[in-house]
Amino acid sequence: MGQETVFRVGLASCGIASGSAPVYERLQALLAGCPDARLQRVGCVGLCFHEPLVEVERDGARYLYGEVNPELAERIVAFHLRGEGDVAEHLVASTTAEAPENEMLARQVRIVLRNCGLIDPERIEDYLARGGYTALRKALGMKPEEVIAEVERSGLRGRGGAGFPTGLKWKFARAAPGEDKYIVCNADEGDPGAFMDRSVLEGDPHSVLEGMVIAAWAVGASEGVIYCRAEYPLAVRRLEIAIAQAREAGYLGTNVLGTAFSFDVHVKEGAGAFVCGEETALLASIEGRRGMPRPRPPFPAQKGLWGKPTVINNVETFANVPWILVHGAEAFARYGIGRSRGTKVFALAGKVRKGGLVEVPMGMPLRELILGIGGGVGEGRTIKAVQMGGPSGGCIPEPLLDTPVDYESITATGAIMGSGGMVVLDDTSCMVDVARFFLQFTQGESCGKCPFCRIGTKRMLEILERITQGKGTMEDLDRLAELSVQVKDGSLCGLGQTAPNPVLTTLRYFRDEYEAHIREKRCPAKVCTALIHYRIDPKVCIGCTLCARQCPVGAIAGERRKAHVISDEKCVRCGQCAPVCPVNAISVESP
Amino acid sequence: MRTAPPTAEDRTALAALIAKYRGKRGVAIPLLADLQRRFGYLPPWAVEEAARELDLPAAELFGVATFYSMFRLKPLGKHVIRLCRGTACHVQGSLRIAEELQRRLSVAEGDTTEDGLFTLQFVACLGCCSLAPVMMVGEDVHGRLSPAKAVEVLEGYRARAGKG
Repeated sequence: MGQETVFRVGLASCGIASGSAPVYERLQALLAGCPDARLQRVGCVGLCFHEPLVEVERDGARYLYGEVNPELAERIVAFHLRGEGDVAEHLVASTTAEAPENEMLARQVRIVLRNCGLIDPERIEDYLARGGYTALRKALGMKPEEVIAEVERSGLRGRGGAGFPTGLKWKFARAAPGEDKYIVCNADEGDPGAFMDRSVLEGDPHSVLEGMVIAAWAVGASEGVIYCRAEYPLAVRRLEIAIAQAREAGYLGTNVLGTAFSFDVHVKEGAGAFVCGEETALLASIEGRRGMPRPRPPFPAQKGLWGKPTVINNVETFANVPWILVHGAEAFARYGIGRSRGTKVFALAGKVRKGGLVEVPMGMPLRELILGIGGGVGEGRTIKAVQMGGPSGGCIPEPLLDTPVDYESITATGAIMGSGGMVVLDDTSCMVDVARFFLQFTQGESCGKCPFCRIGTKRMLEILERITQGKGTMEDLDRLAELSVQVKDGSLCGLGQTAPNPVLTTLRYFRDEYEAHIREKRCPAKVCTALIHYRIDPKVCIGCTLCARQCPVGAIAGERRKAHVISDEKCVRCGQCAPVCPVNAISVESP
Repeated sequence: MRTAPPTAEDRTALAALIAKYRGKRGVAIPLLADLQRRFGYLPPWAVEEAARELDLPAAELFGVATFYSMFRLKPLGKHVIRLCRGTACHVQGSLRIAEELQRRLSVAEGDTTEDGLFTLQFVACLGCCSLAPVMMVGEDVHGRLSPAKAVEVLEGYRARAGKG
């Protein structure tokens, strides 16, 4: 056989959204009948900001091209198969050649994402070729207690956010009396600004399944459920395919790999409720009820699904397990610091230049992650804070960016590790507005069971709305802090207990912004619409009428070639005029 | 938009759906999802009939239907717009897009345009944060939007609908 050249196209949700499907079709047509070339459909490569991505592998060397369109795809084929032309300027990363993103990739360690972007998620053969299901074989040759001990020694903790030691959770479920036990995979990734689990499910679904089968063997479960958001149709489809393939190949179902052990899995789609990410609410939802949490104890490891002992782990946690079994607990624990071992996957987004999916060893300082990997913020902008942990998390200010990524250090800042959403904020982000945004979210998603969560978050939201409208008082700040404590203490589940975090952290680190809104009726970041005004500089305006034509509410008046004026009463602050002005005559002001 | 009384065909389809769930536990969510797939929304008569047939309190089914954001008791427009209001989209200006779409379509969040062409929904996160701000129209994802670009996208759907 001659040297084969593999062409890979990123076909996860963000790739498809950026236009990778036509690229794939063009490559399909070009490579049809090419005996030395193979086209592969892969999941998320992680460099979302360069999508659509095409990777070429030949003789073990890999070349990744970004912003590929069908025409460029044709040139890439011409270059790699026939040596014609040159496409080097489109290279974004490579194992052999110089490329702009090599360093960004070199800083990462890929355990969870080991196969993402390298295998076709719809082909079990690809997973097997990269060592898939060898961990399961190994586990089945061990005693369940030995498997649990190995996971415990690795130091793996729950990647859904709370960080409970995984081995310990398995131990409790194993020790719990009862014949029927369940394994549940929490794939209800509800934090806005988080897409780690989606990427793993779309890019490497077998790694999650294998982790679940190993967990089932360890605790003695015979049935598993993957609770996946309905908003992720592609992830659900790929999971269904993976489950069918694993069953066919004997990794799932009756007598797994010919042993006496049986385990099967099915997917349960969520129906859109953030609170269902909380484990007891999730169980209620699987049982077909409204997803409302219940008090713990009893913990699900004792009484979970249908009242039976149940292990609930997150997607990323399960994806770690096969790697630990194959490489050993020590290899895993080599990464990380303190009580946080291994790696963590983050969805880097917001005002950062290189948004995407990254996996770093625990303990990496946030600054290195955001600047070294994420490339910092845009030209002329400065980093203000990073929001971690979604609506349950908090905002870590720029001066604290040397904080290492580990559960305890992040918690000490008032934020939480969370599931991995990391939204970077710059000087054009208003921290009061960010707090209001999260409160609006949690207030809307509160299931209504606990009065403090149901009513307290509503009152907090009203106060924040007053402040962003310039109608707040200084006493409001004290009331916010007081309510925060009460909502935290008076709520049953994680949603209410953490809902005040975005408010508490912004009050702690950005009190000056709150005060500017209250005392000066000023939004320093020029975001809050009630406190900003758009103005056309008459000395600069050339009267081209572009802004007037763009304005959706007819707030801009002026004759051709004469300075235009914005009516402050009519203006709805949509901001559409400024970008169309050819001479930058329109500015935003906050008094 | 269908708000017409149920046809004989609707009733047969409903009976077949109900049969699938007889004697099973934890059926509320998949049952309602099936109903919604068949009818495009949850017609109250169908929910009530399913409750009667499966011997479940109708309040339980309506309770589940109103708890989860996926379920709708009103018919949807031809194209469902799901504008992402997640964090990454928010800090990149999705609120301004939300306001502009509500203005242009003359609907509030959750409602359907008079011509039945668009239903406007805000969703928490579509998981395409690096393309923020993002919206989905049906199954298509449109990223890196501005208010003007979002309107332009919808004009495209409107033009295609106009052609037939």
